[in-house]
Amino acid sequence: MKAMIAGFAAMVVIGVGAYFVLGEMGFSAADTLSSPNVRLD
Amino acid sequence: MTKTKTGFGWFMGLVLVLGALALVLRPTPPSTTPDPAALAEVREATTGGAQTLEDILRRQQGLPIDDSFRRSQLDDGTAAGMAQQLGTLGGESDSEVWRALRYGYDGVEVSAGGPVARVLMQDGGMTWLQFREGPLVTYGGGLLLGTIGLLVIFYLLRGRVQLDYEKTGRTVTRFQFIERFAHWMLAGSFILLGLTGLLVLMGRLFIAPVFGLEANALILTVSKFVHNNVSWAFMLALVMVFFMWVWHNIPNRTDITWFAQAGGIVGSSHPPAKKFNGGQKIIFWSVILLGGSISVSGLSLLFPYELPLFAKTFAVLNGIGVPGWLGMGAFPVDLAPQEEMQFAQLWHAIVSFVLMAIIIAHIYIGSVGMEGAYDAMGSGEVDEAWAAQHHSIWLEEIKAKRAESGTASGSSAAPAE
Repeated sequence: MKAMIAGFAAMVVIGVGAYFVLGEMGFSAADTLSSPNVRLD
Repeated sequence: MTKTKTGFGWFMGLVLVLGALALVLRPTPPSTTPDPAALAEVREATTGGAQTLEDILRRQQGLPIDDSFRRSQLDDGTAAGMAQQLGTLGGESDSEVWRALRYGYDGVEVSAGGPVARVLMQDGGMTWLQFREGPLVTYGGGLLLGTIGLLVIFYLLRGRVQLDYEKTGRTVTRFQFIERFAHWMLAGSFILLGLTGLLVLMGRLFIAPVFGLEANALILTVSKFVHNNVSWAFMLALVMVFFMWVWHNIPNRTDITWFAQAGGIVGSSHPPAKKFNGGQKIIFWSVILLGGSISVSGLSLLFPYELPLFAKTFAVLNGIGVPGWLGMGAFPVDLAPQEEMQFAQLWHAIVSFVLMAIIIAHIYIGSVGMEGAYDAMGSGEVDEAWAAQHHSIWLEEIKAKRAESGTASGSSAAPAE
């Protein structure tokens, strides 16, 4: 059971981490595929 | 020593029989191949050589048409000059301009967006949308519901696969913590990805009419966020599982015996198996190959237009001659960036549906379908009676190792955790 919980926890950590890391690295598709004149937020 | 009835053989038999029936009884699709000569004749008679209503309707329905006569009518200099009566700007007729845009022959200049933005008209989008909302949802959803239905029927007919002998109380470690960790990370992420993928695919068709567009939009936004980001956990776990288990999943002679006895259900002898039996190897390679393919097409979708896959793949397949084997024309190799994404999305979804159906069967066998199976991934410890029934060679190997290392008692009542 511990392995299952650890696996699920790792999945959440990796998912949240991927969101922030890739966003910081400029991999957002919205940023990539729009010009500076587009207001995204 | 023991008689084993895993039930897997019955299940596979049932699937094969129903698959064969579906193949035999399937309705004959109507012919969609146009007769170019007949169409040209109609075209000449009704419009003097221009496209006909039938051409337009076929194109709107995504059916193949012979558009070579339109593709060739570009910049032929027949339009009246700009300064002449009825002349158009630049001396090119409006029809020529639109044809050039449709077939991508005109040099469209854009200030942002690159090659993607240069495509102003892309007919394939309608074909993709119709396939996505039609056959993909129908057959994909049918596959999942059909698999669940088959498993219910199988359970009612066969019942749970029980242990033939009483549990011994002695356990052996089947999977270490790191193996179970990777399995559950893979399983958890796959279930999340499957559910969110289904919501993205089917939300507009099934959720929006009931709960409204606003609710559907919220669900889709959350689903997309989860789907995009959890995918990394899936890919990492897939790599972990591959390296940990590939050695045990290389096919060998014991698999032939296992399949010959349909997992032990046919005949009275017990099919011996190592750590993974033939059925589990099918699951493993399905997960690796289909999961790998889903990952690659998913990466193409995660980074739009950055990782086009299909023009190159189609070129390779054309070179090998695959379309000819299937009785088809050559696959298209000149794809607009948008078409690449459309193919990636369809492939991603189709392969995912197949893997989801396989995993539903895997979940069944690993939970309600077989007594004692869950322990292997739950605590990691399985009873020796279970191991002897389902993985006799593996158990003997474990016992031999124990004997060699001096822990000859051969038992471990303590859980792995």
